[in-house]
Amino acid sequence: MSTEVAAPVADIENTAAPVAPTAKGRVIVITSGKGGVGKTTTTANIGMALAVLGERVALLDADIGLRNLDLALGLENRIVYDIVDVVEGRAKLRSALIKDKRNANLVFLPAAQTRDKSAVSPEQMKSLVADIQAEGYTFILIDCPAGIEQGFKNATAGADEAIVVTNPEMSSVRDADRIVGLLEAQDLQNPMLIVNRLRPKMVRSDEALGVADVQEVLGNSVKLLGIVPEDERIITSTNRGEPASLDETSLAGKAYRNIARRLRGETVPFLTGSDLEEKEPGFFEKLLHLFGVKNN
Amino acid sequence: MSFFERLFGKQEKTAKTVAKDRLRMVLIQDRASIPAPLMEQMRREILAVVRRYADIDERELDLSVEREGEAVALTANIPIRRVRTEIAA
Repeated sequence: MSTEVAAPVADIENTAAPVAPTAKGRVIVITSGKGGVGKTTTTANIGMALAVLGERVALLDADIGLRNLDLALGLENRIVYDIVDVVEGRAKLRSALIKDKRNANLVFLPAAQTRDKSAVSPEQMKSLVADIQAEGYTFILIDCPAGIEQGFKNATAGADEAIVVTNPEMSSVRDADRIVGLLEAQDLQNPMLIVNRLRPKMVRSDEALGVADVQEVLGNSVKLLGIVPEDERIITSTNRGEPASLDETSLAGKAYRNIARRLRGETVPFLTGSDLEEKEPGFFEKLLHLFGVKNN
Repeated sequence: MSFFERLFGKQEKTAKTVAKDRLRMVLIQDRASIPAPLMEQMRREILAVVRRYADIDERELDLSVEREGEAVALTANIPIRRVRTEIAA
């Protein structure tokens, strides 16, 4: 029985290929099919990590009626206008984009909370994305709603690349497979895959699916972009509205920073084996901590 | 069952293997399921082609996607009354 936790490093052809830089910003939609697998957390964290690396990043919450990206970013108190206000001409794009309080490279356009998924059509989404590109943003990340209905079609309309987020768990992988098919129908071939909330201990004891299993089942049409371990700090960071990718000590944060680097074309080895596990602090570390000494 | 398997007792499948096997089977089914309107369209088109070569009993026509193990096949059962000697227009 295989005990590997992550995809073997030799499996190089199945990794995301770097995309040549273009003058226009890249538009990437973040999807999953199933709800609750971490799309919004992923969008917030990759967005922040890219901004830290110097990219000009615009995040778009396309989950109209179920706004949540604002909370993940800790920007819920700054919202004045939303995506529907811009599309319907009540607000200028520039005044609707909310600047992040920590990083000036990052802006965010919230979803409308009192409207439904039909409020923005695929054509309106395309022209909105083009307007954001014209502002000079190098990465535009779209947080897609769960499901496969109109909201999915609208959110994916303006994108030219896609990321599928899945948990290493049956129903989420099944829905991811469905989404891969629907993305292809939208002309978004070979989406990038993020396996989120991996539990290395359970994989090692053959109790849960590992990354290699998920890849094997989904097939070669998806390219692995990242492996994010289950990390309790995601809960606290969301509670504080501070994306974990800003936390140097968070494992999930490190995984998201690696994903951001891969998106920019860097070759970064995947976290494997013990890299994915929280180290139990030894006696000495606890002692140092007691005296307020930080060590990573 | 081999001698060793009998000796040590057949090993229980792990939860991971069970999950992977079940997932693989359900995906084979999901990927091969054709939406009803598309199936109807395909049925009409196949009929139109076959009709040019044979006089067929359309009410008895059976078209389905069948799965056996990991293989999926489209099977058509078309009762023929009489084959044509020339292609019909």
